[in-house]
Amino acid sequence: MQSVIEHYQASIQQAVENKTPLHICGGGSKSFYGQAVPNQTALILDVTAYHGIIDYEPTELVVTARAGTRLAELESVLSQHGQMLAFEPPHWSEAATLGGCVAAGLSGPRRVSAGSVRDFVLGVRLLNGIASDLHFGGQVMKNVAGYDVSRLMVGAMGTLGVLLEVSLKVLPKPATEITLCMDIDEQSAIERMNEWAGRPLPISATCYVDHVLYLRLSGAESAVRAAQEKLGAETWGDGQAFWQSVCEQTHSFFQSPKPLWRLSINPTAAPLSVPGKQLLEWHGGLRWVVCEDPSDAESIRSAAKAAGGHATLFRHGDGQIPVFHPLSPGLMKIHRALKEKFDPQRILNPGRLYSEL
Amino acid sequence: MPLQTLIKDLYAILPADAVLYETEDLKPYECDGLSAYRQLPLVVVMPQTESQIVQILQLCHANQIPVVARGAGTGLSGGALPHAQGVLLSLAKINRIVAIDPLARTARVQPGVRNLAISEAAAAYGLYYAPDPSSQIACSIGGNVAENSGGVHCLKYGLTVHNILKLRLLTIDGDCLEIGGEGLDSAGYDLLALLTGSEGMLGIVTEVTVKLIPKPEKAQLVMAAFDDVLKAGNAVANVIAAGIIPAGMEMMDKITIHAVEEFLHAGYDMNAEAILLCESDGSVEEVADEVGRIHTILKQSGATNISLSQNEAERLGFWAGRKAAFPAAGRVSPDYYCMDGTIPRKRLAEVLNGIARLSQEYGLRCMNVFHAGDGNLHPLILYDANQPGELEKTEEFGGKILEMCIHAGGTITGEHGVGMEKINQMCVQFSPDELEMFHAVKAAFDPHGLLNPGKAVPTLHRCAEFGAMHVHHGALKFTELPRF
Repeated sequence: MQSVIEHYQASIQQAVENKTPLHICGGGSKSFYGQAVPNQTALILDVTAYHGIIDYEPTELVVTARAGTRLAELESVLSQHGQMLAFEPPHWSEAATLGGCVAAGLSGPRRVSAGSVRDFVLGVRLLNGIASDLHFGGQVMKNVAGYDVSRLMVGAMGTLGVLLEVSLKVLPKPATEITLCMDIDEQSAIERMNEWAGRPLPISATCYVDHVLYLRLSGAESAVRAAQEKLGAETWGDGQAFWQSVCEQTHSFFQSPKPLWRLSINPTAAPLSVPGKQLLEWHGGLRWVVCEDPSDAESIRSAAKAAGGHATLFRHGDGQIPVFHPLSPGLMKIHRALKEKFDPQRILNPGRLYSEL
Repeated sequence: MPLQTLIKDLYAILPADAVLYETEDLKPYECDGLSAYRQLPLVVVMPQTESQIVQILQLCHANQIPVVARGAGTGLSGGALPHAQGVLLSLAKINRIVAIDPLARTARVQPGVRNLAISEAAAAYGLYYAPDPSSQIACSIGGNVAENSGGVHCLKYGLTVHNILKLRLLTIDGDCLEIGGEGLDSAGYDLLALLTGSEGMLGIVTEVTVKLIPKPEKAQLVMAAFDDVLKAGNAVANVIAAGIIPAGMEMMDKITIHAVEEFLHAGYDMNAEAILLCESDGSVEEVADEVGRIHTILKQSGATNISLSQNEAERLGFWAGRKAAFPAAGRVSPDYYCMDGTIPRKRLAEVLNGIARLSQEYGLRCMNVFHAGDGNLHPLILYDANQPGELEKTEEFGGKILEMCIHAGGTITGEHGVGMEKINQMCVQFSPDELEMFHAVKAAFDPHGLLNPGKAVPTLHRCAEFGAMHVHHGALKFTELPRF
């Protein structure tokens, strides 16, 4: 496996010499996400060859795997020990890798209760833009030695380093899960979700779509049943299929070819008056909008900002509107400085996150 | 810049009583919770508004004066140790709870607000702020962000980094940045994570938005005694293997049990080699279920004695002993030195044996308290600072414990930070390239190295010297070198 790393390093060194950007590619499941790496001369760095689980101790709640490991393989091994990636990562293809999952930094429905990818990252090994082989963080839950560079990699879209290995905290799967549903208007749904979240109830996910609020309860059988009684809602038959369709975006809501926006905002924000159909997750903190008219970008971004958050043009952008929410000049200055330190020649996925990086 | 000019310029920004420069006024600020390291700053400033801090930073930036931020001063790694040529920026007076939003379950607080004060203010809504470092009655949220503080409940509820949403951050040139947001994620790099635990090296936090979570309906504590530390360690693994994430899981060794019991009479089993405290919280039904399972597992794992807290007073009583471990150490010894390594739990027995061996070698007693769920070990080395050479011996002993933690696959600091104290061990944990990357991160925020200079990340030069010290059997050479 060391030879694979040496091959990656040689590719980076060559890219630095030739000043040719590298387009880092894992399983390709998220190739639609983010901006295109603009330079036509970009070389593909295939990072699937460095794969496999390195260390897994169920009783330590920690797994370390190579970044090219398929997510499905990793989750199946965890599942054999009754454990899971609690941030419920979307796959979008069987080929999805751990590295892509961390680089994209996207989490699924359980994120609202369990935490996000970055919350579970304990350490990484990476190659920076000059091919130095670096370890940050570690394989233990609590670690404050040095700056938290491992979590900085989450969502950086490969612009700061090529991920080689990732250590993650894992959690036991809940003993019981049931899904409840109720017909309700959007404003009331937002209020209910947030009120319930402030009470000790085992709600692990929420979704509001087509005037129906879906709730998933997870935990000990006794706790789930008691909560069901308190909430008094109906049980939804195939909960597992429903949540999977939301996470994997196979739900009919996501089937439109129109631009799909992802707004991460204050969960209590009133229903957004932006044009297009919406689906809510995370107690209202995540709002998906299918927007009929691509020229509505400005109004969507200002609505997200007014609600304390940001908007990503998640799918079906036109290549002109920036995918990620523009940063303030002060923040962009820090971003540019960090990029310059990790990748001085700007060869790692340049432009994938912001055209300036 | 002459001191008189600096003072004059600071008076233009702050009221007279917020600028301290006489030696006797500076004295209370010469150290933080790690009193082994002391240094007087040039000046202490105590701003009350963000705009005052902006002006102080602009003044220091323009004149290249180091700035060291300080919250409540309870840190245990010398992170708030003043700089001899610098300004000590006390944030203790910026201590307002700005707003609590019970529906969104957030609190906006200024950096000087005490950790516990947030939970007290949120209690009216049935909410609380989860991270609970043992100093929570005194430590400030700004300091918690700087250190990424944990607490006894962090296996289940996370560290500071998992429980904050947004920061207002001033850079060294006085720019104000909003980091994070009101949603669960934000655009661009995860600077919120990078800044949490950055030990005041990257910027000055002027406001923190924290997450609040609902208070569990019920909490119950299971206390188990073991005749062997290894059995207690295995019991922890067995609980987790059964799919249980206890709210808290703490272990104490025999010397700690005795020190605590003599001090507090918490009802601990004096014959035990180790005591495990295992807390379950949640709904009434969930706790009943979980406590039953924990009881069975601990029994099967060889516990010699198991008690369940029967009411809230008893639960707090069982905890009181654990929480009094540090004062108890202070009672059985004139001084103690608290270490903070984290190890994979499976290496516990090996590391404890190593500590026992070192304890004999150095002729210094060592108590061990352990956040068993997450592998965070706090050995307390007992020493007497009035005995010549004993502090040096203690530091060397402590350094060896940390290196043992690294070799066991762990880290030199789980929650107390590197600060001044563990800066040499950073050379053991990280390669020169990695340390250079840390310096580069610092330079991205603070190109002139004015914020808390010399802490947390050693220079490569220092590491080279430290390496040389190792060759000479740990005998401290180059003691005249500045410690950074």
